Order: sequence, then structure tokens, then C-alpha cells
Amino acid sequence: MRTVVVAGHGMVGHRLVEALTGRDVQRHWRIVVLAEEIRPAYDRVALSSYVDSWDAEALALPAIQDDRVELRLGDPCVRIDRRKRTVHTVSGYRVAYDALVLATGSAPFVPPVPGHDLPGCYVYRTPEDLDAIRAAAQRAMRTTALGRRSGVVVGGGLLGLEAAYALRQLGLSPHVVEIAPHLMPMQVDEGGGALLRRFIEGLGVRVYCGQATTAIEPDRGRMLVRLSDGTELDTDVVVFSAGVRPRDTLARDAGLPLGERGGVLVDVCCRTCDGDIWAIGECAAIEGRCYGLVAPGYAMAEVVADRLLGGNATFPGADTSTKLKLLGVDVASFGDAHGRAQGALEVVHNDPVAGRYAKLVVSDDARTLLGGVLVGDATAYGTLRALVGAELPADPGALISPSGGELDASALPAGAQVCTCHAVTVETIGAAVQEGARTVPALKECTKAGTGCGSCVPMLKKLLAAQGVEQSKALCEHFSHSRAELFEIVAATRITTFSELVAKHGTGRGCDICKPAVASILASLSALLSPGSHILDGEQAALQDTNDHFLANLQRNGTYSVIPRIPGGEITPEKLIVLGEVARDFGLYTKITGGQRIDLFGARVEQLPAIWRRLVDAGFESGHAYGKALRTVKSCVGTDWCRYGVQDSVGLAISLELRYRGLRAPHKVKAAVSGCARECAEARGKDFGVIATETGWNLYVGGNGGFRPRHAELLISDLDTETLVRTIDRFLMFYVRTADRLQRTASWLEELEGGLDHLRDVIVHDSLGICAELDAAMEAHVAGYSDEWRGVLEDPDKLARFTSFVNAPGVPDPSIEFVQERGQPTPAHRRDGQPVLIAGSKLAVGAR
Amino acid sequence: MTAPVRAHWTAVCRYDDLIPERGVAALVDGRAVAVFRTHEGALHALSNLDPFSRASVLSRGIVGDRGGRATVASPVYKQVFELATGVCLDDPSVSVSTYPVRVVNGVVEVCSS
Repeated sequence: MRTVVVAGHGMVGHRLVEALTGRDVQRHWRIVVLAEEIRPAYDRVALSSYVDSWDAEALALPAIQDDRVELRLGDPCVRIDRRKRTVHTVSGYRVAYDALVLATGSAPFVPPVPGHDLPGCYVYRTPEDLDAIRAAAQRAMRTTALGRRSGVVVGGGLLGLEAAYALRQLGLSPHVVEIAPHLMPMQVDEGGGALLRRFIEGLGVRVYCGQATTAIEPDRGRMLVRLSDGTELDTDVVVFSAGVRPRDTLARDAGLPLGERGGVLVDVCCRTCDGDIWAIGECAAIEGRCYGLVAPGYAMAEVVADRLLGGNATFPGADTSTKLKLLGVDVASFGDAHGRAQGALEVVHNDPVAGRYAKLVVSDDARTLLGGVLVGDATAYGTLRALVGAELPADPGALISPSGGELDASALPAGAQVCTCHAVTVETIGAAVQEGARTVPALKECTKAGTGCGSCVPMLKKLLAAQGVEQSKALCEHFSHSRAELFEIVAATRITTFSELVAKHGTGRGCDICKPAVASILASLSALLSPGSHILDGEQAALQDTNDHFLANLQRNGTYSVIPRIPGGEITPEKLIVLGEVARDFGLYTKITGGQRIDLFGARVEQLPAIWRRLVDAGFESGHAYGKALRTVKSCVGTDWCRYGVQDSVGLAISLELRYRGLRAPHKVKAAVSGCARECAEARGKDFGVIATETGWNLYVGGNGGFRPRHAELLISDLDTETLVRTIDRFLMFYVRTADRLQRTASWLEELEGGLDHLRDVIVHDSLGICAELDAAMEAHVAGYSDEWRGVLEDPDKLARFTSFVNAPGVPDPSIEFVQERGQPTPAHRRDGQPVLIAGSKLAVGAR
Repeated sequence: MTAPVRAHWTAVCRYDDLIPERGVAALVDGRAVAVFRTHEGALHALSNLDPFSRASVLSRGIVGDRGGRATVASPVYKQVFELATGVCLDDPSVSVSTYPVRVVNGVVEVCSS
């Protein structure tokens, strides 16, 4: 095996390792990664989200688990010996390379103003920088000096505005100083910058454009920042975000040529003049030009991975288009945003009242789109960006006027790039559709389009529609509606039976897809439409899956498992003893579940009522483990016992579990509460997770374990308990109302147009005006809850259904047989009708 | 001449006790049989043994229709069987036995000969 050394483990270095390990199926390369930072590569683009959670783990990129990769953290490369083809690290480690890839990134540029190195001056690049800024802000809050605590950000670009947001989150009044005449000079023009400034100032950020920072002086425990027009700003913190410089020292010291403005000079295949040394990302100057964005860096990583495996990829050029939301303001720029092309014309629509600025740059004959800027409303971004270089399908003014209507996706030329993250064109999408990719997930799978920033997903939908692919939302052959539509129909028409629903809005007699879905909708709405009803009442009984029908979980041999509710995982010794006695008396296999409860396996249908009689008498109730419903709210031990806990996680978990128990949903719902940032309850793997902070609770939503693990995302932070509960109420009810059948919150959130921001708008800011309805629905649910198993035990008709054989009620099913395994009953596996004993573990357990 | 074969009918339950579109299991000469009453009132009897999971559970599946043919879906791995023929519509090479079924004086009976 040959050795490639990767100097630097940022996002681009990480992408190289992923690309190389993924493609190097013949195992030609071993990879040594030398990282300067103490943590593996993380999502630096999302650094500003760190101030919401202060959880660096939340930024983590997927870990590399591969025996070919050696990752050395906190041990950066300090010297290259090109003659011996060896690199040296700061700890004295030496490693010989066959190929060396420099991915050292860039360093923040700190202008050499007097006082730039005072304590209280920071840069904005790593979680450690943010920790230091936070500590400084907290120190400032504790001083008794007069006036508001404030922070000055030097640089009004993208990063500077993010830094201003961070300072605002920390309770400081932010001031932004920009040397250019307007904000974000790299991305937007003067008109867009002016509107952006209005928005930003409306949020309490003071902006000083066209000003240089001339000096920073210590001033009675604080600092004084002097600007070129004589303005003096009192401040507690200064953050420099005045651009970056490529980190090219290693290459310089090794005698490799640099670009005119710095950066390791490489050709279009990312190779330096030394054929064994490559450079990628922000430290590389491709034919002299450096790129400060991650997408071109990723493209370079892919080029080098290909080259190392004998390919001949070249850098395809970079699209520096960007679309982002800054302090809640949409900003986008694409193509030749500044109109630098010869004879370029600009068409501008500027409406400061509506908060909307749009500019298109077109060729001198006004027929070809060259670029543009959008501020305030960037919905047209996907289409317009894809049109760059193509003939305009309409008058440019009409394209950006608010009444101009949506552009037809079929107007896009074949070569237009739909997904710039993965350089996927209209043509490629078209071919994938022809080959059978008929849905957005299928297109993601086979073209990778939409798997980067995701901003092109709406465009993918339009392209599918333009190709005549109807995105069927029909639940099954009996209903042409989606689950969400059926939910609205049932809520509006107050239909309470399947027969009436299928007669009026469907066809046939239903199936195992639509019946449980309708049963779930009827159950979700029962508190409003038919209070006091039971899921096994009347016709509804025939709609239920076997689990709901017998209020237990069907196992592979036809027996059921029983899980009583143990809210928050807290249980008394007496109740534990009852569970043990019941399991022993009915011969049940027992196991602790992942949701902090106890599962009793192997119950025959006719045993269930007797088992539950004992459990209900002991104070247990249904745990709904059998239902598409709230399962558990797991908790850590919290402040009562834990030395580190900052909030009562157990108490909150119990109250949440009792509040939402019995709520029927499109799929199961799992939750957890952690009492501190150590997150012992693993709340971020749940549909909703709550993590305690010093002052309240952070709410995370849309997490998932299972087949496709996904970390829950921070919806809102530092909530008091009442607001937290109200927000979860709305989250759950909005999910119940709008998700597809068997869609967990994770994929629901991924497919929700507008994603997390939209969700927050709906359930926090009430943008759809439905919060009162959601609140009322949850109130009705909580008030109407009753234990389903108690309901069965009190109803002789329902009890009568719990028999193995209707004509021989006392006879157990002879096909169910058990063998003993590790001291407990387990199913005897059957083959060809005969029981087959699967050999047990041959390990002598006692010897371990 | 061989002895005549006489059909043997086993009583299952009263017809009125059957919930439409929900099966019951019955013991018929030692065999587990699933009995279904459709929405229209027709009766069907099939082996209760699900050939895919080998569990005795077909009576606990959801009854519905596929293209107008009355069906039951196995509650284990969800394969769909036609009630009238026992043929698995998801894999027509697989089928389950069907049994004659009748109502005498309001009582459902299944024939097992």
C-alpha cells in the first residue's frame, strides 16, 4: 500500500478522505491525516449555529471509520522534506509519503491596526474562538460600568454579519464596521447592500460603511475603537472578520511556488510543480486564484481523489453563487453579480417598502442572463441561477417583478446547472428520469443532486413535473389523497367511520395500507370528533393492525409482547416486583427496552387480558408500544441525583410522557430529556429532544435512530418550561396533521418545504395562523386521554375477542412452542411445520 | 367399492358474532382455520398458517380488496392473499388451503374432509 498524507482536517480534507476511501476499492492507499485542531473535521460553514447550542458535537461531520485511515488530532504538519518525501509534525512524528495533499485552509486576516492584539480582540473561525468570545461577553456582563455592553465586528461581509448575530445572541449590542461602501461587498451590489443594511439595522445592529478601523485602545477596563471619520465606539469585545488569507507557509518553506496573492500554486488538476504534492481548498491557488468557499474546495478534493486513483479529472471551475439567510434575511447572488462583463446591462427591481431587491445582469443584447443579486426574497434563486448563460425565456424585468409569476422549469437549457454543489445539469436529471428515477429521493440517490445544500430540491420537483412525472400522493388504490389530505377531509367533514369515508372519498373496501392510516387519523381526531371513544369500538376495530387490535406487539411466532408504560423510566420497587411476578407466572421472556421500559414476550392472545388485569390492578397502563403513537420520553437522572445535572430531567420527562401518552401519530414518536449538555438521555436521536441549559431548555426536533440515523436539530433555545411544552404541543400536532403515512418526524422535516425555518415560523411565530387550533387539539387530547387496556378490561364484548380459537376458547395455539435459552423461554423455530431447535450460544457464559 | 367419504362440518361460531372484515381462528379437526366475513356478508375459510412467517396468524390480518377481489394481508410480513382462492397476490406461486364454509341455523361451519 502507498501512503498519502493529508495536511489539514477541515471540511475539504475530510471530503478528500471520504472520496478516496469510497473509491479506492482495490485498497491502493493508506491515508494519514494530520489535523491541527483537537477535534475531527466539523461543519465550519455552520459555525454560527454553535452559539445556539454551545454543543460542538452538533457540528460534527460523519466520522471516518476505516482501517486505512490514521487521524492524528492536534498534531499539525510543520515541515515538508521533499527530498526524503517525509513530513514532520509538531509532536516530532515523521511520516513518509508517496503523495502529500495540502489542505491547510486559510487563516483570518487581522488588519494591522494599533491595538489589534489587545485582550478582548478575537477572530471568528473555530468553536474555541466562539468559546473565548462568549467568556469575554460574560465577563463584560458582570462589570458595573455604565452603558450597554457592546461588541464591534470589523468586517461587514458574510462572516461579519454572522459574528454580529453571535454577539447579539450573547447579549451584546453589535456594531459592524465595513470598509467598503456597503455590506457584503463580495456578494451583493450597492442597492442590495442598502436594503440589507435596513434589515440589519432593524434588528438592533449598528452599521458603519465606508469606514476603516484606525485604532483600538484600552479604556478603563473596556476598549475604544476609532474609525476613520473620527467616530469612537466604546466596546467590550472586538471580532475581526475582515477576510481570510491562504495558509501557505508549509509550501513556501518547502520552496514550492505560490500564487501572486498567496496560496499554493497548482494547476487545474490541483498539482503543484512537485508531482507528488497537491493542494486543495482555501490554501490552494488554482492557476493563481484562491476560492474562499467550500463548494470549490469539495470539487478540488474530488479531483485529487480521482487523480490519485489514476483518473484524469480537472477542476471544473467554480460557481461562487450563494444563497443564505443572514439574521433572518434572504440574500442570494449568482453568476456575474457585479456586472463586470463587457457591455453588461442591469435590470433592477427595488422595493424598500416591501423589503425586496432584485437585480439581473444580462448581456448587451438583453438576451442572455449573466448573473444577479436578490435580497429580502430569494425564492427565484434556484431557477435564475440555473438560467445563467442561457437565453432568457422572458423579459428580464418580468422575471424579477413580484407579479412576474414562476418560471417554467421546461424553459431551462439542457446544460443549466441545477445543483451546483454536485455540478448536476438539467440534462443529467432528465436522463435519470428517463432511466426510471421518478421521485426526488430517487434523483438524489442516482445523481447526488439535492444532497449538498438542498436549495435545488424545489427545482428537482419542478423538473420532474416538467418531464410529465406526476408525483403521486395517493395513499393506495383506494384513495387518491395523501394522508395529510385525508386528515383535513376527516377534520372538516367530521366523518367518523371508514365506510363513510371510503364511500364518499375513495373506492373499494380498503387495504392494509389505508385502513390503519385512517384508523390513526380517526384516533388522532377522536378527542375532538368523538370524545370518549375507544380504538376498538365498532367498525374501527376492523381497521387496526394486529398490534393495535390486540394492544400488544406481534412477534415472529404469533405470540405478543407486552410493554406497560413506565413514564420517564422511573419505577418503584413494588411495580418492578409485579412485573417480575407476572412474567414468572405467565412464563414470559423479559428484556429491558431501549426506551427505559420492560418488555414481556411470548404471551398468547388469550393470556393478554389476564396479564393486563394484574398489571392494571398494580397501577400500570398501556405503554402504546404497539401503536403509531408516543412511545417513551427517556430521561437521564437529572438534578435530584446527578452531580452535573442543571435541571430536573426526570420530572420533565414524566410530565411530557403523561401529557402525550396515547397520542396517535403518522408513525411512532420517541422523545428524551437530558438534564445537562452531557446528554446522557441521547435526546438528539429522538423525534423531539429536550436538553437542559443553565437557564431553561433547548428543544431539538426531527432526530432519528434506526435505519437512517439523523441528529435532531435545534428548534429554539433557553425556553422556560411552559413555553417549551406549548412548543412541543404544536410541533406534535402540526406533524400529526401534515405528515405522510409512516413518515417519522426526521423525513417529514427533511421534506417540509422551507425546513426548520418554516417549522419555526409556523409553530413559534404562527405564520399560518393555526397555532390556536393546534393548541386546542392538544388540550382536547390531554383532557380526553384514558387507558386503552382498562377500556378493554371493562368491556366484555372487547374481551371476548382475545381467544386463540373462537370455537375452543380455553385451548392454546398448539403451533406455539418454546425452548429454554439462557434461563428464559424463547420461540422454537419451525421449519416445514416441524419445530427446529436453533443451536444456542456455545459460549460458556460463566467463563466470561 | 371403497367406503363413501362423508364431509365433516365443524361449528365455528354464530354468524352474527363475526365482525365484518375481521377474521377469527377456529380449530377444525386439529387444524387452525381462519374464517372471514366480508363487508358484503360473504364467508371465506382459509388455513390460518401464514406460509411466509410460518406463524398461525392469518385470521388477524387486515381484510380489504385489491382491484375488487376480497383479500387478507398477513399481519407479519404483509403479503396479500385472495380470500376466495387462497392465492398470494404478491407471489402467485404461493397459496394457502381454502375450506368450504356454510351457515346452518345461524351457525358458521367449516368442512375439513
